[in-house]
Amino acid sequence: MSDALASSRTHALTMAGRGIRLSRRNIDAVITAMMLPIMLMLIFVYFFGGAIDTGTEYVTYVVPGVLLLCAGFGSSSTAVSVSEDMKGGIIDRFRSLDIGGAPILAGHVTASVARNVVSTALVLGVALLIGFRPSATPAAALAAAGILFAFIVAISWLSAAIGLLAKSPEAAGGFTFFMMFLPYPSSAFVPIDTMPDWLHGFADHQPVTSVIESLRGLLLGLPVGSAPWVALAWCAGLLALALGLSGVLFRVRTA
Amino acid sequence: MTSHPAIEATGLEKSYGNGNARVRVLRGIDLRVERGTVFALLGPNGAGKTTAVRILATLTTADSGTARVAGYDVVADRRRVRGAISLTGQFAAVDEKQTGEENLRMMARLSGLSRADARRRAAALLDRFGLADAGGRLAVTYSGGMRRRLDLAAGLVGDPQVVFLDEPTTGLDPRSRQELWQVVRDLSARGATVFLTTQYLEEADQLADRIAVVDHGLVVAEGTAEELKNRVAGHRLDLVLTSREAYLRLASRAVHHAPENLTLGLPTDGTSARVRALLDEIDPDGTEVARFALRGATLDDVFLALTGAAPAATGHYQEQDQDQDQDQDQDQDQEPTHV
Ligand SMILES: Nc1ncnc2c1ncn2[C@@H]1O[C@H](COP(=O)(O)OP(=O)(O)OP(=O)(O)O)[C@@H](O)[C@H]1O
Ligand SMILES: [Mg+2]
Repeated sequence: MSDALASSRTHALTMAGRGIRLSRRNIDAVITAMMLPIMLMLIFVYFFGGAIDTGTEYVTYVVPGVLLLCAGFGSSSTAVSVSEDMKGGIIDRFRSLDIGGAPILAGHVTASVARNVVSTALVLGVALLIGFRPSATPAAALAAAGILFAFIVAISWLSAAIGLLAKSPEAAGGFTFFMMFLPYPSSAFVPIDTMPDWLHGFADHQPVTSVIESLRGLLLGLPVGSAPWVALAWCAGLLALALGLSGVLFRVRTA
Repeated sequence: MTSHPAIEATGLEKSYGNGNARVRVLRGIDLRVERGTVFALLGPNGAGKTTAVRILATLTTADSGTARVAGYDVVADRRRVRGAISLTGQFAAVDEKQTGEENLRMMARLSGLSRADARRRAAALLDRFGLADAGGRLAVTYSGGMRRRLDLAAGLVGDPQVVFLDEPTTGLDPRSRQELWQVVRDLSARGATVFLTTQYLEEADQLADRIAVVDHGLVVAEGTAEELKNRVAGHRLDLVLTSREAYLRLASRAVHHAPENLTLGLPTDGTSARVRALLDEIDPDGTEVARFALRGATLDDVFLALTGAAPAATGHYQEQDQDQDQDQDQDQDQEPTHV
């Protein structure tokens, strides 16, 4: 059994190495995944920011939302890479080498996490340049990083499952779109109470809101209440769903 | 180890879809491949070749029937089968954005080799497949032939006993095809069993010790190239006709058609009595046949006679057949995949 475990680990590590190498060579995708949130941040801060009253400097308000948009958008591209693997002949070759679905998907997720760590750092760098001033204790900053990390892992796995579900890489790309828009009906860019009533229910309770509220609270040194726990619960729930779903879908797709 | 055949399949059946949309892709296939031999599964598009390979390579399961590969049951002993085989599928399975060397090293690691061994194995395979100079380049820059060789090399990192090659030369130019044939011969010389599928009669004739012709999910003939040729008709009488009318009247009896020079090939056993009788029967007045030639039947004739379909390549008779062959290749390339 431990033999099988060791070989699973080698498989997963090799697949992760592959994913990271492929990401590095597909650098334009990484740059797009980064440019988009940065552009949005600049647009929101400089074009709309003056008109939006959030009670603080707008840049301070919006950065957590932008970080999350960046993470969600970046992670969702995992769907496309998984779908491409499933479509090409390579999945048959992996399977004929007796490599399971878990290491293959874990490789993609690892590469996604690595990509997102880089792009998050860069977006944060630009945010600092344009005047974002967090006031977090080291512990709070660490907690914020942890929550963002959990979110990236969960969305990457979910995205991998979507990649198995999609009939083609193009269809899988649709998930990127979904993840790009999910932050809008949340407190990412404007406070929820400025939205129409019928949106409150969704905006208050969707997963993105709790993650943003936690990031914002932790980074700005505000009281966070139960938001971090709600956020972590969401991430754990989504991850569990994604793991279960991808296990089933991999078996169905390769039957 | 006892002396079991490398591959043994009985009554393989497989359908896709339900109800009216149900397609019976394999309708009871029996196969037996002795160890160390090259076996060709020959059939037109959609005959079920890929499906058969995927069942034998444990990637999908048959609805009924059993198969043993390298002595192990493909369902019950799937893991052991996977340890003994390699598959190079119909569609390339290398990462374009990795170099040849990285692709091979990755496969070697996945097959359980240590880092150092993987590096050595990759270098050895690049060398063996004539890719040593290209090893450091991204696979996306490779020609079709180089990519196919890399694909094949990637399948061989684990030193498999049984090698499955699904249409290894489809889409290659004649020269790359020759190179690939040499690779298959080398593999066989090293003791591996090779199971390949092809639409090309010439390929099966060139490489295979035994051939099974599949059509619509059934094996319609099985044997050595020689046996198959004998089974249909030992010889073919090629007639150059004097008129288009005569050509059209006789066309349905022919196994070979070349309308541009009014030539038809009719099956015969080659004895002088039969040839004379045949000529008398079709041309009692001695006006319709300008010339004739007798030749041994080729696999083309077998294919046509057995499957009722025009073969993908018509091989050896005429210069222009070679061109037709290449046209076919391009068609293959453009054809959408059935995934
Ligand atoms: N997963 C699937 N779902 C539905 N139909 C399928 C599936 N796989 C194959 N088929 C159908 O089964 C038939 C045989 O397919 P198969 O790929 O085995 O043929 P083939 O002999 O390999 O053909 P080709 O020379 O085109 O590669 C085809 O009609 C194909 O459309
Ligand atoms: Mg096929």
